[in-house]
Amino acid sequence: MSLPPLVEPADELTVDEVRRYSRHLIIPDVGMDGQKRLKNSKVLVVGAGGLGSPALLYLAAAGVGTLGIIDFDVVDESNLQRQIIHGQSDIDRPKAVSARDSIREVNPNVEVVLHEERLDSDNAFRIFEPYDLILDGTDNFATRYLVNDTAVLMGKPYVWGSIYRFDGQASVFWAEHGPCYRCLYPEPPPPGMVPSCAEGGVLGVLCSSIGSIQVNEAIKLLAGFGDPLVGRLMIYDALEMSYRSVKVRKDPECPLCGKNPTITELIDYEEFCGTVSDEAQEAAAGSTITARELKQMMDDNEDFYLVDVREKNEYEIVNIPGAVLIPKGEFLNGEAFAKLPQDKKVVLHCKSGARSAEALAALKGAGFSDAVHVGGGVLAWANQIDPSLPTY
Amino acid sequence: MNVIINGERRDVAPRTTVADIVRSLTDAAGGIAVAVNDHVVPKADWAETLITENDRVDVLTAVQGG
Repeated sequence: MSLPPLVEPADELTVDEVRRYSRHLIIPDVGMDGQKRLKNSKVLVVGAGGLGSPALLYLAAAGVGTLGIIDFDVVDESNLQRQIIHGQSDIDRPKAVSARDSIREVNPNVEVVLHEERLDSDNAFRIFEPYDLILDGTDNFATRYLVNDTAVLMGKPYVWGSIYRFDGQASVFWAEHGPCYRCLYPEPPPPGMVPSCAEGGVLGVLCSSIGSIQVNEAIKLLAGFGDPLVGRLMIYDALEMSYRSVKVRKDPECPLCGKNPTITELIDYEEFCGTVSDEAQEAAAGSTITARELKQMMDDNEDFYLVDVREKNEYEIVNIPGAVLIPKGEFLNGEAFAKLPQDKKVVLHCKSGARSAEALAALKGAGFSDAVHVGGGVLAWANQIDPSLPTY
Repeated sequence: MNVIINGERRDVAPRTTVADIVRSLTDAAGGIAVAVNDHVVPKADWAETLITENDRVDVLTAVQGG
């Protein structure tokens, strides 16, 4: 399926631009016409992180005239393993600003528009409005459904990509011509089931493998050549080194883009995705201690059993002295309970408190009523109690 | 009946549906997509979609990272 170009061509290219883009211009499918369309294009990249970094650099180099960047975060040292638009001297700077500076160096012809705010249901329509195409490089399900719903309700196409460890997926969602994200994944997974990259890790170069596919598709849609990834899901496995695609049809029953839509405006996406499950919230209420309280319990020689519910490789990076490792999964399937003492208070912790809250809910359900978890997890411990420890 | 689930050959009972296969792999209700012979089956159709001999079934998990 080929689609007409999204963008009308600019009037002309300057002599400098002809020189700069010559390797595009001599490809018959791109040519002067395609390059002028890119020059007139306005693309919004949501998130200047793993996917946004290579995407922004390649979109800029390709000569997309206007690039919007939405990101509220600052550059952290742990970003630099994969977020190649940022450098050592950008640590603690806003990601949007750092990305703009890199883009200026790559291609000063590009106009960069910064949106240094968190995308939410109140600002999404306003922020998306001026752009021809959206590229989704966010890192959580709530924002992914928000991007999808906003794009569908505004009739805009967007290029979607997501990554985890060695696996990546990409597609183009454009309700006018094919399915949307909800046709593929009608509901998010239960909170805590699918780890984020911060919890599970990601191979740095995977960002470029998927980000490049997103840019490839963006350029094709803007300039109107080739076969866009509409109605197909690209699945990449970096361990096997395989790319394959499966067909995705528009779901006539889709609540957003189907025949009888029930979602006609933006909703509360944090609630929809249940960022922390109700059970976990309930379990954690009144049963959360701080890292300082944990330290006090240790100093007072209280008799308790400290359990780290993260994964083994995370435990090896940094751990709280005396903690026994029992990953969260064993709490969810019940295997953990037999390993715990019945006559001692059980204290759970994870990286930042979300997974330990999930495990706590399971533990309380199994009758360990006086169990607690550490709010902020090992990160809070490292920040408040022992700053010599590494964080990740 | 022989089918291939996520690249591995498995023996399943006759009249197995897509929903049966998903249930055998995960308890999760959301964040799952299933492709049969490279075509994604909408979730609403899982319970009625029968698997046949030598079908290739891919159960995909939504990932959120970016």
